[in-house]
Amino acid sequence: MSEVTEHLSERGIAIRLEKLSKTFPGQDEPAVKELSMDIFEGEIVVYVGPSGCGKTTTMKMINRIIEPSSGRIFIADEDVTDKDPDELRRHIGYVIQQIGLFPHMTIADNIATVPKMLGWDKQRISKRTDELLETVSIPNSYRNRYPKELSGGQRQRIGVARAMAADPPIMLMDEPFGAVDPITRERLQDEFLRLQQEIQKTIVFVTHDIDEAIKMGDRIAILRDQSEIAQYDTPETILTDPADQYVEDFIGSGASLKRLSLSKVEDIKTAEWPVAHLDDSHDDVREKMEESGREYVLLLDERDKPKRWVNREDIEQGISLKEAGWPAVAIVERHSSLYDTLDTMITSYRGSAIVVDENDGKYKGVVDFETVLAAIEEMRPQEGAVAPDFIAEREDLPS
Amino acid sequence: MSFPEYLTYQWDDLLELAVGNMVVVLIALAIATFIGVSLGVLTYRRPAAAQVALAIASTILTIPSFALFGIAIGIGLGLGYPPTIVVLTGYAILAILRNTITGLRSVDPAIIESAKGMGMSNWQQLVRIEMPMAWPVIIAGVRVSALLILGISAIAAYVGGPGFGSEIFEGLSTLGGVNSLNLVLSGMLGVIVLALVFEVLFAILGRFTTSKGLN
Repeated sequence: MSEVTEHLSERGIAIRLEKLSKTFPGQDEPAVKELSMDIFEGEIVVYVGPSGCGKTTTMKMINRIIEPSSGRIFIADEDVTDKDPDELRRHIGYVIQQIGLFPHMTIADNIATVPKMLGWDKQRISKRTDELLETVSIPNSYRNRYPKELSGGQRQRIGVARAMAADPPIMLMDEPFGAVDPITRERLQDEFLRLQQEIQKTIVFVTHDIDEAIKMGDRIAILRDQSEIAQYDTPETILTDPADQYVEDFIGSGASLKRLSLSKVEDIKTAEWPVAHLDDSHDDVREKMEESGREYVLLLDERDKPKRWVNREDIEQGISLKEAGWPAVAIVERHSSLYDTLDTMITSYRGSAIVVDENDGKYKGVVDFETVLAAIEEMRPQEGAVAPDFIAEREDLPS
Repeated sequence: MSFPEYLTYQWDDLLELAVGNMVVVLIALAIATFIGVSLGVLTYRRPAAAQVALAIASTILTIPSFALFGIAIGIGLGLGYPPTIVVLTGYAILAILRNTITGLRSVDPAIIESAKGMGMSNWQQLVRIEMPMAWPVIIAGVRVSALLILGISAIAAYVGGPGFGSEIFEGLSTLGGVNSLNLVLSGMLGVIVLALVFEVLFAILGRFTTSKGLN
């Protein structure tokens, strides 16, 4: 069984869209045409496509900010197409690009909006607010400030906290990081992914940026005009095995490089490399080098942290190992992406990177170009790739 | 009699006129605020209806006040408070209505969308989001109306309305007499003092009823 289908059987379906269409008044062509799709519990699904493809309209039909013209929406097996929309929306988190914090309310009141409507008592709301502020790393002293006193990044965090306030199982996010500067955006994305590890919400995320989609999505739906699904699959599969020319064009150049940002260095085999300790004798170090057949030995300190690279000449000069050779600076943590690892390798002296444990900095292995190339080989689509069975399976679903 | 002497002598009467003047203006303002804000709330999302409401309110404002007071008596409102309040209310509606519509329409659509997206009903959106955000604009409209009808209230003496108008009219009708100038001056000055009092009141009201997040 392929990786994707295994995934399918594990998780329930959180949202099911059935032949969903939307034609806006006064327009002949539908903005969204008969879209059917299942979204699995606890996953981030990213809708990505060029502007005007209907991705935002599709997302907004899930909480019926835009009412569908035809089709059905199911949330956790309940048909919500005709449910009271206000009631429906109170259980779906909603974050838009402009965030839309209420400027006349304090941060705490903004966060408390949905819990108040759901009739929570004051104490519970206050406790939840404390919790959320901590979750999104906003100091508790900001409770009574107003949105205008916050920076763009802070407002964005409050927007997310507000959407999560009543712990909705589903969140809809429309280009939530679109309005902040690139550095803040990257940080917010990382924070959000870390947060998602804990909260495991079902998230529908809209963006026009394929790189953001690749980074954020457990699954990506690449949409073309009228929200037609060009490909709906994991970022890995989309990058290695795009369904058609449209998807390929949309991913743009450098798909293989983008693919590297999805793999972690801990997932690939590290190269065999001779290591010794700073307090070993010169003879021991030389012996290790000769045994391995490599030209360099990596020296570790007493806590197994990588310190220096030495070659035969350095050893034979007989100076203290603590000062011999070059400092070991090209270091990556085990969960670093292959992309970052490759970047580190290119800028290092040796053309290799040292992998360390992210907690204690202990040496874990060395990767060089050969090991990365071997890993890239493995990523290439194989015979009978995953995507076709996956699509077939989706069509079998009862409608 | 010099003007200061006149003021000292007539102090009691003038205070009574001031209170009467203030009361009619406040009553008219309250009614006009109720009508203007209600009409604004009903029409701000319906451009055609808003246009009609604004057109009617503007038309009232173009009628000369003397004529309107005349009509008020003509339709059987009698003399004194009733015609005064009705006419002043009519004049006060436009600025309040217009600012209510402007204020409600100027709320950022993204804020409305996020309120809606969190499950607020239309009524909750209006009461919790749109009205508080439009409030500074609405209160500015009420302030403009207050000054406008304060000026017009002087004419209300023509239909027996309370206020400084009676001083001015009396002065004008006895032009050349000993106290005519004092009468006109005190009436005029009274209206100006009241205007200043209203300004201060509205500044305080505005500050205390507007969220600190909006300044």
